[in-house]
Amino acid sequence: MVSKIWGYFILIGIVYGLMTGNVTAINETILASTKTALELLFQIFPVVALWLGIAEITTQSGLLEKLSHHLTKVLGPLFPEIPKGHISLSYIASNIIANVFGLGSAATPFGLKAMSSLQEINPEKEKASSSMITFTTINTSGVTIIPTTIIALRILYKSVDPTKTVISTLLATFLATLAGLLLDYIYRRWRHHE
Amino acid sequence: MSNYILPLLVFGIVLYGIFKKVDLYGTFIEGSKESFKMAMTIFPNLLAMIISVNIFIDSGFLEFIIHLLLPFLKIPMEVISLAIMRPISGNATLAILNKIYTKYGVDHFYSLLSSTIQGCTDTTFYVIALYYGSIGIKNIRYALKTSLFADFIGILSSLLICHILFG
Repeated sequence: MVSKIWGYFILIGIVYGLMTGNVTAINETILASTKTALELLFQIFPVVALWLGIAEITTQSGLLEKLSHHLTKVLGPLFPEIPKGHISLSYIASNIIANVFGLGSAATPFGLKAMSSLQEINPEKEKASSSMITFTTINTSGVTIIPTTIIALRILYKSVDPTKTVISTLLATFLATLAGLLLDYIYRRWRHHE
Repeated sequence: MSNYILPLLVFGIVLYGIFKKVDLYGTFIEGSKESFKMAMTIFPNLLAMIISVNIFIDSGFLEFIIHLLLPFLKIPMEVISLAIMRPISGNATLAILNKIYTKYGVDHFYSLLSSTIQGCTDTTFYVIALYYGSIGIKNIRYALKTSLFADFIGILSSLLICHILFG
């Protein structure tokens, strides 16, 4: 599906650009994109390297399991395929905790660790497992309790109440996550009966 | 306050590691080493995603679609652009959010609505490409559908909630 969308984005973009005489802009975009991607990698890479190191310490010392213990109990029923006590659930919990506290930089490495440990117990290596999909569904629907970027931006623009949207964001995130999980559950049941 | 979280967290982790007699330095290096392997698989995914999304956005096709939708919706164009762009580009939406703040004022209803939309959703395409790409998954099954559905409900909820709370 991603593969098709990827192709259509490019085809539609170029055809529309040709039709509207916007080719120069697209020409620049194609070349500039390579630089943008590298810049983005340079932005993510050092932080990932740092957090993967720190994450390994929390794993080896047993702190990761200890801290995520309570959350893994809550999360367990959402991931029935993960064997009891498997480390992937602790990484998933850590990713959620980091997101909740607005520590976006720590969330990505923990998320990537969660994916690679889920891949270990995935029977079909080229196909996403149900656990992976449930995890990315939770992850992409926000799970932010403190939207730090937005608050910082609102302070920058001299808002009279920078945290005014915290409650509305929390409610909307909750509904979005719930909806995503609901659809995920339906897909799981549906595939199950096939 | 938020400046304390990171140093305290690192402090706590290192302290606990010492307490548990972990080879701190070696473990850090061991964990950090993985980042190179990850970066190598992540980069082609980032590149592919950025090229496709940027061609699509810069061609002006999205603006064309938004103009078609505009007469049916009672929300200004910038807010619709934000909602449509949100799953495909984090940078583009942040730029639009800045524009909305400047145009309407940061405490205006549209700004509150846009902040909520920005906060309750994520750059879904990017996360999916990054996470599944990093472990070499080719078939993502229904992963995109559940995530996009969550984004869609998030946007609708934002509209509803903001109307109730700030309308």
